[in-house]
Amino acid sequence: MNKTNAHIKWRIAKSNIAKTVILVLAFACVIPLLAIFFYIIKEGVTKINWHFIVSLPKPVGEEGGGIANALLGSLLIVLCASIIAIPIGILCGIYLSENKNTRLAYYSRLAVDILQGVPSIVVGIIIYFWIVKETQTFSAISGSAALALMMLPIIVRSTEETLKLLPDSLKEAALALGLPYHRVILKVLLPCGISGVLSGVILSVARIAGETAPLLFTAFGNPYLNSNIFKPMQSLPLLIFNYATSPYDDWHNLAWGASLILLIWVLLLNIITKITTRKWRVQL
Amino acid sequence: MESTIVSSTNFNAWFGDNHVVKNVNISIPKNNVVAVMGPSGCGKTTFLRCINRMHELVPNAKADGKMMLDNENVYDMHPIFVRLKIGMVFQRPNPFPNLSIYDNVIAGYKLNGMRLPKAEKDAIVEKSLSRAALWNEVKDNLHKKGTFLSGGQQQRLCIARAIAMEPEVLLFDEPTSALDPISTSSIEELFHELKKNYTLIIVTHNMQQAARVSDKTAFFYLGELVEYDGTKQMFTNPTDKRTQNYITGRFS
Repeated sequence: MNKTNAHIKWRIAKSNIAKTVILVLAFACVIPLLAIFFYIIKEGVTKINWHFIVSLPKPVGEEGGGIANALLGSLLIVLCASIIAIPIGILCGIYLSENKNTRLAYYSRLAVDILQGVPSIVVGIIIYFWIVKETQTFSAISGSAALALMMLPIIVRSTEETLKLLPDSLKEAALALGLPYHRVILKVLLPCGISGVLSGVILSVARIAGETAPLLFTAFGNPYLNSNIFKPMQSLPLLIFNYATSPYDDWHNLAWGASLILLIWVLLLNIITKITTRKWRVQL
Repeated sequence: MESTIVSSTNFNAWFGDNHVVKNVNISIPKNNVVAVMGPSGCGKTTFLRCINRMHELVPNAKADGKMMLDNENVYDMHPIFVRLKIGMVFQRPNPFPNLSIYDNVIAGYKLNGMRLPKAEKDAIVEKSLSRAALWNEVKDNLHKKGTFLSGGQQQRLCIARAIAMEPEVLLFDEPTSALDPISTSSIEELFHELKKNYTLIIVTHNMQQAARVSDKTAFFYLGELVEYDGTKQMFTNPTDKRTQNYITGRFS
């Protein structure tokens, strides 16, 4: 009797140990993120003010200066990348979900998966050879092309997965009403899957917002304010990369501030994703 | 003699190499309720889906023979026109989850991009919902989502959606198999009302239902149309041995 009791007690203790370990490890996952937040906010928050956002970087030795060029550049580059990648990605996703077993679907799914695994620096080099060398100039639009290549797989896969989850009965209902195929997709399937498609798009934007490698030899960077997408352009990650590796304290400060802004940008996009999935979800 | 609205001659259908509908000859009189019954896998649903060409959605499906709607072969028509003239209600209620009750009823117009004046839309919605015996239950909540309704109400909403297009024929693919008994009986009552304006073809695996609601009954077995006759005649005095066995429950 005593022996069984002792055994059960030991098992209860083991169970408690396991619970504690799981709890500690789960908490440990959060620590890196909190640490990054804490550190970047600590270093960055004192540098950010209105002036920081609207003015250009100053030469070394001068006080102040901001990141207006990088902020505008990042917005434009990401915008152009979205304009290229979103329509292609969504259309490809629709094709894949509608034609699950064709040969083309098999190979494009494979291609998309491999594209997702291609290192970003390789994407940058490819675009450098395809566009920058051909046009003989670094340009924002070549940076957008590189980023678009990185967005594409995320959008394709999320669109495909979302649309695949919609029940066939929905499509049948639409077809039985005499709807032509393109209207079934545009008016029924896409609206019903809109939350998944949109969150894929926003996540892909958040994903590329901080990409540096593909921009190094495409958008290249530019110390001046530039809104011509066919000319070299500054962007937040490029600015951080260049200024953080410089020997000057002023520039380090700019890099910290820019890091915080980039972090807030990505965080906001993630929050927006959560809200869209919740708000626009269609209850099936 | 009643006029025939749908008729098939030497109609066959295959899925790949699987011959599921074998040489079916049937003629369906106007403003009748025709029940199609038979054991699972006998080809009754496939036959139904061949009438409005929904079986074509399955890859490898083929069909041959004549399927006449009035005096036109549906296989010479564009499937979109076929489906505008032949409405369909499915086994599970499938209202569009992103649309309100109102929009679900006029979905056939709205999603097809046909713009109608508001008054006309209102009239169509009220008429269709009334005919589907749903108007009184939902008239105050027309702008709520259709998916908030109960299963039986959703199925009647799907019926309203089909009749809003003013089809000539309505196909029902086991319309009550996913519903509770009360919803089932309300749908069955509805069939009697609907046949004044439409021709109804109902696939059911429920013999009692076929006996209750239909004017004529067709019995399918292993892809063949075994017997097709007035419902009363069929259930009291079937001519074919297989029909008799099925009706008396010797196999199902």
